[in-house]
Amino acid sequence: MKWGGVVSFFASEHAMRAERMLQRADLPARLVPGPREVSPNCGVAVAFVWEQEPEVEQALKDSKIRFEAIHRFDLDDGLARVS
Amino acid sequence: MSGDIYLDNAATSWPKPPVVLEAIKDFLETAGGNTGRSGHRRSIASSRAVSLARERLAELLGAETPDELIFTKNATEALNVAIYGLADGVDRVVTTSLEHNSVMRPLRDLEQRGGRSVEVVRADGNTGEIDLDGWAAALRGPGRCLAVAVHASNVTGALLPIAAMGDIAADAGVPFVVDASQSAGHIPLLLPALGAAAVAMPGHKGLLGPSGTGLLYLAPGVAVEPLIRGGTGSQSESEYQPDFAPDRYESGTLNAMGIVGLGAAAEHLREVGVERVQDRLTELGRRFRDGLAGADGVTLHGPADPAVGVGIASLNVEGVPCATVARLLDDEWGVMTRAGLHCSPAAHRSLGTAPEGTVRFSWGYETSERELDVAVEAVRTIATRERSAEPLGTVA
Repeated sequence: MKWGGVVSFFASEHAMRAERMLQRADLPARLVPGPREVSPNCGVAVAFVWEQEPEVEQALKDSKIRFEAIHRFDLDDGLARVS
Repeated sequence: MSGDIYLDNAATSWPKPPVVLEAIKDFLETAGGNTGRSGHRRSIASSRAVSLARERLAELLGAETPDELIFTKNATEALNVAIYGLADGVDRVVTTSLEHNSVMRPLRDLEQRGGRSVEVVRADGNTGEIDLDGWAAALRGPGRCLAVAVHASNVTGALLPIAAMGDIAADAGVPFVVDASQSAGHIPLLLPALGAAAVAMPGHKGLLGPSGTGLLYLAPGVAVEPLIRGGTGSQSESEYQPDFAPDRYESGTLNAMGIVGLGAAAEHLREVGVERVQDRLTELGRRFRDGLAGADGVTLHGPADPAVGVGIASLNVEGVPCATVARLLDDEWGVMTRAGLHCSPAAHRSLGTAPEGTVRFSWGYETSERELDVAVEAVRTIATRERSAEPLGTVA
């Protein structure tokens, strides 16, 4: 299973909160250094499994955590696999 | 017999819960990077820890989202952000006669700079009572207005009717700033229920965190000018200050270890229950007052019923200067108190204890009955012994 998706944020505080919230909702999530192409803003982004994009998006909206955008993005090999 | 009896919790609480010390140590060992700056594991661990602390505090204090809580270095900084920010464009600031200098000095500064007047509504330092009609009339005066009030007096512990004052401010369309320095962690607080645009509190008093921590609550929709501007780790490509919380107000490297300690303290308080803390402080307050009831030469200030207080009692010993009482208490019994005006000259004028001030005793959840009993006996001894003694001579 690959991550395949990245959420970008304006504030790193929000990235931290989103990672915690998604993990509590049993949606695999991991903070990663924000790829420059998708996240020039806060330095970190949250990777998620692209196949779970609808659930991730809904969970983010329900939580009211402010995020910038959701991207389809293949991370480097070292970060590519969820487990 | 000299002991180690700390009764100065209104200045800063001691001891801190062991989990606070553990959290700080653990943070410095396992995290230690700069919060929100880099993408490596120590920076991310630091960001995670600070974010979790903010979440725990939001849960403890009833904030709707953690973004409503801004970390500051103390309540004074939080009050300065709120007061200078919300005073922008106002003609008058209305406050009470029980304020600490962390409120009065910014207000007097605004007054001195011109363009704004300061109106002080009298509140009773012993009971916390304030004429609500007078408060309403002041808020409804001419021009744009800002209201600022202390929740509990730092001199006597008396609680003001803050929710009613907030309702009046809301009805008048006046933004309301609350100084919760002595109430946070001592009585259950539901921040959105205070009707305030902003609430300031220290992290190191009733919230049991380390010194160097404070919190500013900004209600949803409230945004003010930050006090300082600079790096936030976010929007690094921009030379302009971010417009979103918390980054807008948190420029520069945060006191991450302090914040992490404060977060651990918040979790500890949730487990203990702030209601239990309040009950305990009240119980100890009754013991202290009962112990000094009828003591010759001792004047106790503050609410007759400690249930309307926050673990503070102030007193004077007839004929003995406050500083002498405090010194004797410390030297001979190891009882640590604070003498003087407690940075609140206005409150002491309201109480009739200016310029001498009072000796303030402030206990905490961990204070024991025995410790208070020692303090009570010490005050009784000082009152009988020193009043009959010759005045101290000069050193030859």
